[in-house]
Amino acid sequence: MITNKKNKSFRKLNILLVIIAIILLYLIDSDIVGNQYIKRILNLCAIYTIVSVSMNLVNGFTGLFSLGQAGFMAIGAYTVAIFTVPVELRESIFYVVPQNPTLSQIQIPFFSALLIGGLLAAFVAILIGMPVLRLKSDYLAIATLGFSEIIRIIFTNIKTITNGALGINRIPVIPSLDVELGYFNISFGPMWSIFGIAALSVLLIYLLVNSSYGRAFKAIREDDIAAQAMGINLFKHKVMSFAIGAFFAGIGGGLLASLLGTVDPKQFYFTMTYNFLLIIVLGGMGSISGTVIASFIVTAGLELLRFFDEPLTLFGVNIPIFRAGLRMVIYSILLMVLVLFFRNGLLGQKELSWNAIIEWFKNKMPSHKKSERGAL
Amino acid sequence: MTFEIFLQQLANGISVGSLYALIAIGYTMVYGILRLINFAHGDIFMMAAYFMIFSMVNFGLPWYVSTVIVIAATILLGVVIEKVAYKPLRDASRMSIMISAIGVSFLLQNLATYLFTGVPKGFPDIPFLTRAISFGNVSLSVVTVVTPIITIISLFVVLFITNKTKIGMAMRAVSKDFETAKLMGININNVISSTFVIGSGLAAIGAILWGSKYATVIPVMGVMPGLKCFIAAVLGGIGNTTGAVIGGFILGMSEIMLVSFLPPLTGYRDAIAFVILIIVLLIKPTGLLGEKVTDKV
Repeated sequence: MITNKKNKSFRKLNILLVIIAIILLYLIDSDIVGNQYIKRILNLCAIYTIVSVSMNLVNGFTGLFSLGQAGFMAIGAYTVAIFTVPVELRESIFYVVPQNPTLSQIQIPFFSALLIGGLLAAFVAILIGMPVLRLKSDYLAIATLGFSEIIRIIFTNIKTITNGALGINRIPVIPSLDVELGYFNISFGPMWSIFGIAALSVLLIYLLVNSSYGRAFKAIREDDIAAQAMGINLFKHKVMSFAIGAFFAGIGGGLLASLLGTVDPKQFYFTMTYNFLLIIVLGGMGSISGTVIASFIVTAGLELLRFFDEPLTLFGVNIPIFRAGLRMVIYSILLMVLVLFFRNGLLGQKELSWNAIIEWFKNKMPSHKKSERGAL
Repeated sequence: MTFEIFLQQLANGISVGSLYALIAIGYTMVYGILRLINFAHGDIFMMAAYFMIFSMVNFGLPWYVSTVIVIAATILLGVVIEKVAYKPLRDASRMSIMISAIGVSFLLQNLATYLFTGVPKGFPDIPFLTRAISFGNVSLSVVTVVTPIITIISLFVVLFITNKTKIGMAMRAVSKDFETAKLMGININNVISSTFVIGSGLAAIGAILWGSKYATVIPVMGVMPGLKCFIAAVLGGIGNTTGAVIGGFILGMSEIMLVSFLPPLTGYRDAIAFVILIIVLLIKPTGLLGEKVTDKV
């Protein structure tokens, strides 16, 4: 009874949180609160959430050390870029090498292009995964990293499709969804789409992880030989996890292309994957809620650290260590500290829940009271 | 293609291949002992190139003094990295230690960008190495000829150390079985440090030769050679020094030959290594000279 009552109040709290989030989203999207800069960072946070959670599905839940996320993002991003840029702009964008004549006539709506990008990434992942997923730990890491580089190198070279190293710019922003409700005309801006897709992705991966497939993934992570002995089809589950991870990475890449308005092969250098690696290490390998929190902390944190790159003058003295590049040095030192001293990240393999928060406070409180008594 | 050009490309391929081989030895030794892809190895190589610039351009030291200083500084860097980033994680999962290696690599790149800026820096000219010599119609720089010789000498030195000395015996014991070696009273930390000494020292020599050949240094210059040399080590059979050298030669040769015989595919030069890697991993994961390892349950 008590737990039932508790759960009910927790459910109310959850609904309240969702409502608050939606109101905040509305206020920021319609420019009542905040500005373009904040909007952009929040959008970036949401996109990073999609990619990081999908990477955690592969690395944290299935135990496959894959470093191919940047390559799959590139596939999604380029699909959106190639198919959504208006046909009349193509000639001026592909000014060095003209675009393939059939491709240059095709323009499809953003959401279809996004879906195609995700599916294409998943398809490539299946092709790559079939041979590569037989490999173990570090070999798998280097092979997936190799494939992500090959994808990037191919994109740099097929100039008639991708415009090579110049990249594609003037990618249109995500279209607003207009809904007519009687007298009200509500327009849902790009932020709604990005956050909606992010929430949907996280929900889908959460459901997947807690399904029978998810249990198979975790069994493979803990001990693949034992899992195989229990009758789990290793190959099928590994490829499935890898392909689903790639699908969401592709979706994330597509959203990123539209948010930034430009894609070029250099963006998808494999060091980009390191960002997501940092996020899942910080959030906890095998924790979805941890990854979501870490995505926001890392992405927003990287923006906040930007002041390290600006010259700083304190009391009329110019402090020489503050110059371009310091931000990334601090960022990488933080990554090292995290790896060396806080190996489990924020949540380890646990998920955030009200019960966990209450437990955490309970553990903190008694020691607090004791120390107070001691002081008296 | 004339015969002269072919010879020129052949010499070029051997020289690039032996540079890969020099760096690959470091990878294969560390992997043999720690079972760790030392992602930072390529960046140690990059730092060595910057050390050389510092010592020759900023301090104006002659090249032979600089070479000694650079090798010493690079070895120090390699050992410090091992002590700070890898030693505390000796009992952690392989994924954690690999993430740590990636972190070190990322840190070194960012540090180099911060300290030396991302603008390419000219590598100091070592007149002895950059002079051109000609054999008939084929004209080569000294560095192209010297590199394979240095690589072969280094290989024999490393083979001598691992096969004939006491520390080499300890290295072989540790790479066979970490736990048992520990029980036999081998000081694991000394053994690991000495592999990093050898690996970093060879990376420093490689960096000096590389710099004399390509003449520019940037903070990300270590990334691609680093990955390729790891691939060379896998191709040769990871853990096997001779294999790493052979792998390096094959890789360097195939890159140069692709570029010279199929010029339209020049853009794919960097992809070749990964294609080779994937083929090797699928057909013979133990590499050309590697021993077969069976998984214990």
